[in-house]
Amino acid sequence: MDLLRFATAGSVDDGKSTLIGRLLLDSKSIFEDQLEAVEATSRTKGYDYTDLALLTDGLRSEREQGITIDVAYRYFATPKRKFIIADTPGHVQYTRNMVTGASTADLGLVLVDARQGLTEQSRRHAVILSLLRVRHLVLAVNKMDLVDFDRATFERIRDEFAAFTARLNVPDLTVIPISALQGDNVVTRSENMPWYDGSSLLHHLENVHIAADRELRDVRFPVQYVVRPKSDEYHDYRGYAGQVASGVLKPGDEVMVLPSGLTSRIAGIDLFDREIEEAYPPMSVVVRLEDDLDVSRGDMICRPHNQPDQSQDVDAMVCWMTKEPLRPRQKLAIKHTTRSARAVVKDVQYRLDINTLHRDADTHELGLNEIGRVRLRTTQQLLTDPYEQNRVTGSFILIDEATGVTVGAGMIN
Amino acid sequence: MTTQPTYRLSQLDELEAESIHIFREVVAELERPVLMFSGGKDSIVMLRLAEKAFHPARIPFPVLQVDTGYDFPEVLACRDSWVDRLGVRLLVASVEEAIADGVVVDDGRTSRNRLQIGTLLHAIEENAFTAAFGGGRRDEEKARAKERVYSHRDEFGQWDPKNQRPELWSLYNGRLHEGEHMRVFPLSNWTELDIWDYITRERIEIPSIYFSHRRRVFERDGMLLSESEFNPLREGETVQERTVRFRTVGDLTLTGCVESEAATLEEIVEEVGASRITERGATRGDDRFSEAAMEDRKKEGYF
Ligand SMILES: Nc1nc2c(ncn2[C@@H]2O[C@H](COP(=O)(O)OP(=O)(O)O)[C@@H](O)[C@H]2O)c(=O)[nH]1
Repeated sequence: MDLLRFATAGSVDDGKSTLIGRLLLDSKSIFEDQLEAVEATSRTKGYDYTDLALLTDGLRSEREQGITIDVAYRYFATPKRKFIIADTPGHVQYTRNMVTGASTADLGLVLVDARQGLTEQSRRHAVILSLLRVRHLVLAVNKMDLVDFDRATFERIRDEFAAFTARLNVPDLTVIPISALQGDNVVTRSENMPWYDGSSLLHHLENVHIAADRELRDVRFPVQYVVRPKSDEYHDYRGYAGQVASGVLKPGDEVMVLPSGLTSRIAGIDLFDREIEEAYPPMSVVVRLEDDLDVSRGDMICRPHNQPDQSQDVDAMVCWMTKEPLRPRQKLAIKHTTRSARAVVKDVQYRLDINTLHRDADTHELGLNEIGRVRLRTTQQLLTDPYEQNRVTGSFILIDEATGVTVGAGMIN
Repeated sequence: MTTQPTYRLSQLDELEAESIHIFREVVAELERPVLMFSGGKDSIVMLRLAEKAFHPARIPFPVLQVDTGYDFPEVLACRDSWVDRLGVRLLVASVEEAIADGVVVDDGRTSRNRLQIGTLLHAIEENAFTAAFGGGRRDEEKARAKERVYSHRDEFGQWDPKNQRPELWSLYNGRLHEGEHMRVFPLSNWTELDIWDYITRERIEIPSIYFSHRRRVFERDGMLLSESEFNPLREGETVQERTVRFRTVGDLTLTGCVESEAATLEEIVEEVGASRITERGATRGDDRFSEAAMEDRKKEGYF
């Protein structure tokens, strides 16, 4: 059984909470006491059906109180897969929330109301998901029961969305007509829509093939921590702990350590008390080298003929997450893989209008929830790959040095 | 570890890799971490993951337990066995002592779990810990679903829900000001069933009270509580011997057990898989008073 992480997006009232509630309920991830509480509340409110949206509630009232909820995580499992849902509510902080939720997602699920069709927001959701390199996109056309399960309505929305996403980097798009409230095409295929010959939403989530998404060619191993036991038994042990960002590492491989450029071979790879034959993403392992090199946190192990970019100049798409705008000459802390440095903003090249994809080059600032192309100069070299090729070595966060708060998220071009 | 030809990790291996990454990141970036140990299965899984993260070196931080004075002896025995085997330093912060020293005030109405908060914060402050690992999981209940892996606490140990940092990719922001600390939850993405599957797979030693056994119990507020000198019977309550097990461990005056025949890990996994009541809903007296109880306690600095 493996793990699929997906992010959900939808405008208010498109039925996102109902859909998530149904997935949790039908996969038996809801407990009796939780369901009873929701049934009781539904009765008190005078509904004649159980409002599944209440299962994931608790966010609505928080929003009213001004509490930041960027992402709420939900869990369910079927015999085939375990799922982690990054549920991003609200449209006030929408961009920031969605960027956060999408950063770890393998798949993005966008909801629309069949009666309304695509809205500006649905397009925005698709843009953000593609920007964050979420490879698999599902458009769920919800409330089909309210349009009499009409095929033409569905196909019009499907075609319009496909035409729009053709302009984006979306390698895999699936469009499914559903009724979250009644369960049509959520877990099982609906008898109300015999014209639809695709799979149910859950079936698709269970079977979508994400193995190929992991980058297995370029070896990138950011050194996180040096393990030195200082015990009699392991007197000479020196291992480099980290999580494989990409590529497959094997004992005997010739490797280079950056930024020093020194080379050695992998003597062994340890996973707790076992030596293993291969390490691949996202395994957390300890790598031992044949030679005694000076390696420390922030270094990167790669192959001599396949190195990341090494530069103090960073060109990236940045999503800005705080009220005080990002401006040229501003100084920030930057965290990239296991390396921390300081950075100064050289310039803001353009701001991306995520509704129209228009590039506004007249602006030199980025405000809260805006995304733009930014050039930075860092105090230390960073060891990077384009985000498009590598989500781990291509991403960074920006931190306000005075408050310590995370204020930006960057994807390297 | 199951290596599939497709280079996909199993779900448990992926969760393990993520948690190990978090442990190492905290140790590399935050100066004085500590692991908060309740004696329950989640904190034992944390110990196991920490052991794996730094092997063959010892776990490079101490373990802190808050002693309520009402702990199950079986839980303390299991704790001692783990501490001995790993050679890790154990610190015990006693609620009794905190009351005697005036650090917290026992007004006779406040539950022990609540008194733990003050005791815990005091111990963190005294030892100048900058990071405290907790076993919280996001699937436990609604209030936790939005909790970060790194949860920032101000100089009063409080969680400010209006001022939490966005958390992207696996890039954790460990920046702190003087006097502040970070709560870190390496098990954020594990579910109760994942925990049990992992304990079963790794054959992890857990307190014996998790397994079915005969025990003298009585009913109170719809819960089955253990007979104990700390738990005087009230009028109308009678003790019976039943076959039970505990689904969570905590203060024994408040932690209920369930009737169960599950005597092996496999049987527990089966029972948990089929169970239709949340762990907390079933057995934690202190959570049942209000839906918002958890949220309130978290703001004050509860685990
Ligand atoms: N008829 C119908 N109503 C739906 C469907 N899905 C959601 N709703 C209703 O639409 C309203 C908004 O749903 P909710 O899940 O709260 O939307 P959210 O704001 O996107 O989370 C509620 O009254 C739901 O009962 C559906 O498939 N069919």
